[in-house]
Amino acid sequence: MDLLAHTGVPLEDQMLTWREMAGKPISKLDDDAFTRVRVILMNALELDAMRLQDSGARNEADLRLSLACVRRIEQHQATAVSWMLSADHSALEATVACEQVAVELTAAIAQHEQDPYLAQVYRFGLLENLDRLYRYAALLDRLEGKDANNILQGYTDIVPGRPTPETHRAPRDDLRRPSGPKARLASRLHMILVAAAALRARDYYMTVGPAFADPVARELYAEIASCGEQHATQYGTLLAPGRTFLENWLLHEAAEVYAYLSCAQSESNPRIRAVWERFCDYELGQLQHVGELMRRHEHRDPAELLAPGLPAPLEFRNQRDFVRDVLSEEVHLRARDSGFVDRGGESAESLDYRRRVNADGSPSTQVAQSYHWTAGTELNRPRPPS
Amino acid sequence: MNAADTPVSRFVRRRPRSGAAGFNRTGAQTSPLALRSMQSYADEQVALPTPIADSAAGKGIAAMRLAYVRDAGEVGSVPMPGAITGAFALCATRLAGGAAELLVDKLGERLAWERSSVRLYQALIDKATALAASTALPLEVEELRQLRDEALEHMHIATSALDSLGADSSALTPSAAISALVTHGITQVLTDPRTTLHQCLEAILTVELADEASWELLMRLAEAAGQDELLFHFHRAFRHEHTHVRKLKRWRDELVLGAPDH
Repeated sequence: MDLLAHTGVPLEDQMLTWREMAGKPISKLDDDAFTRVRVILMNALELDAMRLQDSGARNEADLRLSLACVRRIEQHQATAVSWMLSADHSALEATVACEQVAVELTAAIAQHEQDPYLAQVYRFGLLENLDRLYRYAALLDRLEGKDANNILQGYTDIVPGRPTPETHRAPRDDLRRPSGPKARLASRLHMILVAAAALRARDYYMTVGPAFADPVARELYAEIASCGEQHATQYGTLLAPGRTFLENWLLHEAAEVYAYLSCAQSESNPRIRAVWERFCDYELGQLQHVGELMRRHEHRDPAELLAPGLPAPLEFRNQRDFVRDVLSEEVHLRARDSGFVDRGGESAESLDYRRRVNADGSPSTQVAQSYHWTAGTELNRPRPPS
Repeated sequence: MNAADTPVSRFVRRRPRSGAAGFNRTGAQTSPLALRSMQSYADEQVALPTPIADSAAGKGIAAMRLAYVRDAGEVGSVPMPGAITGAFALCATRLAGGAAELLVDKLGERLAWERSSVRLYQALIDKATALAASTALPLEVEELRQLRDEALEHMHIATSALDSLGADSSALTPSAAISALVTHGITQVLTDPRTTLHQCLEAILTVELADEASWELLMRLAEAAGQDELLFHFHRAFRHEHTHVRKLKRWRDELVLGAPDH
């Protein structure tokens, strides 16, 4: 798809009423789990757009009005998407869904990524998200008496991945090698999507964590929010440094078009699909606006950044076989500097950091002690005869 | 792991000992001068509604809710049995239109409720265990374990009943999803290290009162559906719940009123 050939909806015509923002939510029971995955992903991407534009407004005096106009509608879009998640999702159920997004999205992207280093980084992160999903599923079962599979709907396995207590690393070992100037457009869009999902997870856990009364939940959210920060660092450092703000903004708008288009093409709920289509047209309008700013302020053709057009749509389907293969082959890997090493090869700095942060105990270990997922919760397992 | 050395127990032990009177800042009368000033300023800035009943009725809010209720779908659907069993067919024959699905929905609700109750009782056991080390309690922790185990037994009764109807007991029915919203607040009360045993007993009493009433309803549904086997088990759960309510009230009353003289 040639992105600049589509004008989309002009910026001045982009408007949502409060009623449209607080529209009818999805059904936790009847909608497909991937509808929820799309909702969480698109919310993550809209929040990331606002984050980028906020930081741009601090430095780019000439762009402040444009940024304020685009950010206003992005915020309304973020609201409309976020409000789709129905109120009968507990914070913990929404958390399980958040980790399902991370597992399924990262697995899909890892398989389509042509740069072997980037694909390795995604596979590495994937196994950490798989483990967090398992820990949160244990908490959901043991705190609320609920089966995480009511949320996952059989698409995603509930098993340990790379053990969360062993993933706490020194910041140096979370830095990854930045992509170079020749990185493909598809790779850049992947990086933006995965980084946005990681940032949303971190921020969501930091928002809902303190709302739990249970000390076990409070500690687990504190621990996994920190893991979210590590992933935000990991994926954030993949993005190429040294680009102008307008380049980053243009690429982000392209990522939003790409993601909404992928959502629209795979959505099973017609009412939600109509929203994805509408917002895809909005994003095309925003992309045109940023492209025009680039021509005016940098005297550059935005088409040079957007060649060769959008890659194949993102896949929203279960990636079970791939995830199981990665788990069996790469669970032993650990990060050191920007590379990956065997379990015994970690840096002294990371080992020391882990010892200190786990010094009062490991919530992710305690919450999942002997946890074995069973359909209908672990209480549903037949008890051995006494 | 030692039962008395769980993360919950460690937090509970740090809790202040008494709920004595202190400097609570939430009341308007904490600052009488500010109260007078705020009230007169608010009266000056916003006209009082006429008639006064308008504010209580919340007409603006009601209009919005009305519009949303009219447009809303349902929370979700009742999952239909994978295979129609004899028991389900009998229910469908004996009960008026849609009531067989209602039975599946209500059984799903009871299953979810009892499953959450097991976790709620476990939280109460953790708290009582931690408190027992330093305080005289009106109950034995072992008694709470019995209540927890009976909640588990009731969960299995609901599971078996759903199985006998050919329904998927691992599915979440609409009423089950809604019941989870009700128990959410109770979970917060029971797992908060700062709450007292009295506050926890009040909270779990509301769970058991609702539970007793719900098993009673299920007994009537099973009777109407001609499900004698189910009725037998539901009646057993109902009797247990009745006992749970009595025990919880007794313990709660002892904490508030003191132990009876006799």
